[in-house]
Amino acid sequence: MPFIPHTEKDTREMLAAIGADSIEDLFDEIPAELRIDHLHEVPEALSEMEISRLMRERAAMDGSPLCFIGAGAYEHHIPTAVWDIATRGEFYSAYTPYQAEASQGTLQTIYEYQTMITELTGLDVSNASLYDGASGLAEAALMAVRANRRVKSGLVLFAPGVNPVYEHVAEAIAGSQGLTFEWLPVDATTGNVAFDQLPEGRNPVAVVMQQPTFPGTLEDVDRLTDWAHAEGAFAIGIANPMTLALLKAPGHWGEQGVDIACGEGQPLGVPLSSGGPYFGYMTCKQKHVRQMPGRIVGRTTDLDGNPGFALTLQAREQHIRRSKATSNICTNQGLMVTAATIYMSLLGVDGLAQVGRKSHENTTRLVEGLCAIDGIERLYGGPYFHEVALKLDRPVAPILKALADKNILGGFDLTNDAGTDALLVCATETKTAADIDVCIAAFAEAMN
Amino acid sequence: MSELIFEKSRGGRRAFAQAPVEAGSLSIPEKFLRDDKPRLPEASELQTVRHYTRLSQKNFSIDTQFYPLGSCTMKYNPRACNALALLPEFAGRHPLGPVSHGQGFLTCMYELQEMLKDVTGMKGVSLTPMAGAQGELAGVAMIKAFHDARGDNERTEIICPDAAHGTNPATATMCGCVVKEIPTRADGDVDMEALKAVLGPKTAGIMLTNPSTLGVFERHIKIIADMVHDAGGLLYYDGANLNAILGKVRPGDMDFDVIHMNLHKTFSTPHGGGGPGSGAVGVNKRLLPFMPIPVVSKREVDGDTIYDWAAEDEIPQSIGRLSGFMGNAGVLLRAYVYMRMLGRDGMERVAEYATLNANYLMARLRDAGFELAFPERRASHEFIVTLKHEAKEFHLTAMDVAKALLDKNFHAPTTYFPLLVPECLLIEPTETESKETLDNFVAAMIEIARAAREDGVEYKEAPYTMPVRRLDDVKAARELDLRHVPEQA
Repeated sequence: MPFIPHTEKDTREMLAAIGADSIEDLFDEIPAELRIDHLHEVPEALSEMEISRLMRERAAMDGSPLCFIGAGAYEHHIPTAVWDIATRGEFYSAYTPYQAEASQGTLQTIYEYQTMITELTGLDVSNASLYDGASGLAEAALMAVRANRRVKSGLVLFAPGVNPVYEHVAEAIAGSQGLTFEWLPVDATTGNVAFDQLPEGRNPVAVVMQQPTFPGTLEDVDRLTDWAHAEGAFAIGIANPMTLALLKAPGHWGEQGVDIACGEGQPLGVPLSSGGPYFGYMTCKQKHVRQMPGRIVGRTTDLDGNPGFALTLQAREQHIRRSKATSNICTNQGLMVTAATIYMSLLGVDGLAQVGRKSHENTTRLVEGLCAIDGIERLYGGPYFHEVALKLDRPVAPILKALADKNILGGFDLTNDAGTDALLVCATETKTAADIDVCIAAFAEAMN
Repeated sequence: MSELIFEKSRGGRRAFAQAPVEAGSLSIPEKFLRDDKPRLPEASELQTVRHYTRLSQKNFSIDTQFYPLGSCTMKYNPRACNALALLPEFAGRHPLGPVSHGQGFLTCMYELQEMLKDVTGMKGVSLTPMAGAQGELAGVAMIKAFHDARGDNERTEIICPDAAHGTNPATATMCGCVVKEIPTRADGDVDMEALKAVLGPKTAGIMLTNPSTLGVFERHIKIIADMVHDAGGLLYYDGANLNAILGKVRPGDMDFDVIHMNLHKTFSTPHGGGGPGSGAVGVNKRLLPFMPIPVVSKREVDGDTIYDWAAEDEIPQSIGRLSGFMGNAGVLLRAYVYMRMLGRDGMERVAEYATLNANYLMARLRDAGFELAFPERRASHEFIVTLKHEAKEFHLTAMDVAKALLDKNFHAPTTYFPLLVPECLLIEPTETESKETLDNFVAAMIEIARAAREDGVEYKEAPYTMPVRRLDDVKAARELDLRHVPEQA
């Protein structure tokens, strides 16, 4: 029997010890009218050989196209060692480290992760991660309401550069707890927040901003952070952690830095994998740590006075506080955090900076090539990191379809979000000059 | 503790083969750049590999130890599930890639939805929630949305038994509801009089786990369902214990309106040191319009079958998106592979042998003198031992037994949950463990209790053989040390 070790003799002896005649007897407390005889839609079992063949065929249907899509998830080279080690059974098949003495591997890894992510974001404390970047922002908004107690409005303002899906997710998760979400005005030429049109006296509990922005621009986050604080709001900064080897850390934005930083951890060694599993990171200033959701690991000492690690501040969590918990969350994305920790250890800050520089250089090559084509120009001016919005003189979807037919994913269709025919492109360090030139040529042909 | 990776760092070291060597200059204005250098480790590839390999060896895990953690279903995670989910085309697929480059993935997701509908008896499944707790959030949000859509805005109370997982009341609060807790009877079933007393025009719904967190099947479930429905409320099924009834009873047939499944429990996706989970939700007919998106649908186009994301008008009143993309997609692929390898018959065997193992272990421990919390009941796939007498007579607590078990190379069962049973151990062996392993566990339990009773052995300072001794949790919370700060030179 697949994955069940019992011999017939085992089963007989076990039933005798129980005092039951058959396994069926063990279900005799379930009312008979509720029982089903069989499942109908689940197919017959496949052997490992058969399922392997099927999955290889399915994988081949998806192919390995040349991908220039970013929009919140980024293709980076993942060193072989990352997943070789993360999928060791001792990491892969362990659970939440409730028995700390038997979980020091996971606990120390998370403590090291917490250290690395606070270094990158320039803030004091980190949790052990949340589900993903989008849901992490919803948790950050709820945390801001708890920690910024003087403000009762429940109003959260979003800079126009925030990923629109993040706003949808925040609405779905936090909308029923009295929070309302509104967008700040956009400057149509820069794509960034229109500082001369910022609302006054709205008394927001938090202002959310993103760097680099969803359409790839760089926002004046220093000024926006200061504005948030002047309005009595928390500043929540979303940043792609891969960029933080080079870009200013959220903890240093403006005069005081943001209060909470969060974002999508996927670029740090996690495969694209159709959208997950990823992990959301979250860091904050020390004084807000007790309002943080999710697991947190602390260093302490054992009976002999030697250092060791344990889950801490559990009084915030659902298994203790139940209906008064800071969140219902009871897992982190442990496996992904393990991978990210190994990734950051392998690359170091210099390696991470190189990945960022190469991605910037590649994107520049791509954008310059595309903008030399008639009918393509940049949607917004100004500096960018590794992603750029382009304006087309015709509908985007047919162009992308023509490229897809050549096995090139030419970017993310930005038309709905931008309100004009627009496209978001990204070329990470994984692309060669030849790859980029192939993409440019395909665009030129499709636009011809 | 091992030296931290930071303490092994030396300036200028890194894994040079892993990052691009040549890279041009940045054309980004200075005001956007950082002027400090974050302290990430500086180590060679071998140092990093050795460090994290050694750390892994400090963990207990299913692959190395029996892990009878009640309510967590720590069954074997087949290796093929991981390898096939990480095939390069699946691992490399961008979530926003076109459906023309996703038919393999989407086919798997559609078939997974269909299989989960069959095993739960529900009418629709959304795979997007990223953990059981997020599935709960989706479920309660759908219950609220259902009432609100009918203009029934006063229904704000969610009923939870006192034995419920902590996530149930926490979720209800997150959805803006008020929690009404009801007691459990001495035989483990819900107190029907107490239920009747809290039901009313404010009832939004009830959250139940069946078999319950007490390890027993709620025998009056049909009556409860009728009572709640008659009061205008809906029933939420917490799928934490679905492993116990797979292929035997279906939540849909018990008249539940909405459920979540923990794919990392019942369908054997990895626990990963605390995640990722995966909390797919299933709904009956009246909640279909409220499901979270995205959902995969199947269409016939010019004689071809195309798998695509369901259009918005197919789920018109959706509670929305719960993740940036499609939830923990790679975890869903692992669950798909597992279900296909088990097949129809294998799925029924899961419940049969999980239940056999639990009842066998329960009988052996009872015969060895341990007190059961519900001695008159069958175990489902888990059961509870209470050490209240051992604690009183020779100071042997649930915590002591948990730590002593670690020294005997067994992971501890769940301790001190459910909260209403004193000094309890919630034990779930799962179907993938052999009789010898269970016998060895019983022998360890007997020896721990014997040594305490006859030899006066105390376990207050156990464990002794782990990488660290018992840790000071109070100090961890009082003197917060949550990241490494290098000593000033």
